[in-house]
Amino acid sequence: MDSATSDARTPLGASADNGLKIVVVGGFGVGKTTLVRSVSEIRPLNTEETMTQAGEDVDDVSGVRGKTATTVAFDFGRITLDAHNVLYLFGAPGQERFWFLWDRLFAGTLGAVVLVDTRRIDDSWYAIDRLEHHGTPFIVARNDFGGPAHTHAEIRDALDLDPRVPLVDCDARSRESSKQVLITLVRHLQDQYTGRSAEVPAPRQEFV
Amino acid sequence: MSRPGRDDSPDRLYTITGGRTGTGPDNPFDLVTLVVAESEPAPGMQSEHAAILRLAAAPTAVVEIAAELRLPVSIVKVLLCDLLAAGRVSARHPRKAAVYDPDILEQVLVGLRNL
Repeated sequence: MDSATSDARTPLGASADNGLKIVVVGGFGVGKTTLVRSVSEIRPLNTEETMTQAGEDVDDVSGVRGKTATTVAFDFGRITLDAHNVLYLFGAPGQERFWFLWDRLFAGTLGAVVLVDTRRIDDSWYAIDRLEHHGTPFIVARNDFGGPAHTHAEIRDALDLDPRVPLVDCDARSRESSKQVLITLVRHLQDQYTGRSAEVPAPRQEFV
Repeated sequence: MSRPGRDDSPDRLYTITGGRTGTGPDNPFDLVTLVVAESEPAPGMQSEHAAILRLAAAPTAVVEIAAELRLPVSIVKVLLCDLLAAGRVSARHPRKAAVYDPDILEQVLVGLRNL
């Protein structure tokens, strides 16, 4: 009874009942999809959402017919954590129009990873500003492109990063490295909700 | 592979949902709500509804359904509301408190470490 499009699908177990979200935000070409693919149990899929620029009150399908409709595409992958919990990882573009859709798509997200290419650090500054605005906890991960060797202090300075926000280096092509990025995020969430973030941790220098 | 919805005229999307929107606050579906089919596709059923029932033979997230059907998420939410109202699917919504729930976070951590 599988449809023609479902050949490559890997179904979830019958007991799966709790979907969780983590969002990877970053500019074009920074490696979001690469990171998602590294840890996902499915080939990353692509979908999109439409909205009108004017906002929710006129955002019905008739708006889609008008010229003000905006479409935002995003990738996602999936990790089955256990018999009940399924983690969906979303690779999301950081451009301005995307943030209009944040609440609709990513309300209730556990947290975010801001993936940074230090050759284009300005792209990330805006994402960090928006995440802070939405109150979404996040960490920053520098994807290693073999570019100039900025120190963490330089990156933190350039991003005006809160000292409590972890900054890690990663290789998005590596499953182990991408996994460590996600683990760093979840540990940061644990620290936040147990109040341990009141103590400023030592800057993380390890390459994950 | 074409992106979902991109090749669809707005008129087609309008027709699929009868002009209804899935973006209102009364729509209970989240991007990661897991949908489970409670019946087989029936003859004469709207093709999108039938496709959802086939996809959701095992629990399937709203966003996966949107990607597989190549439809915008909001359109899929409208279709899911129809199926839910007709009792043809059940919905396993994410636990809203998961973000602040230390037990859930610990389960996520354990799951990630086991990757």
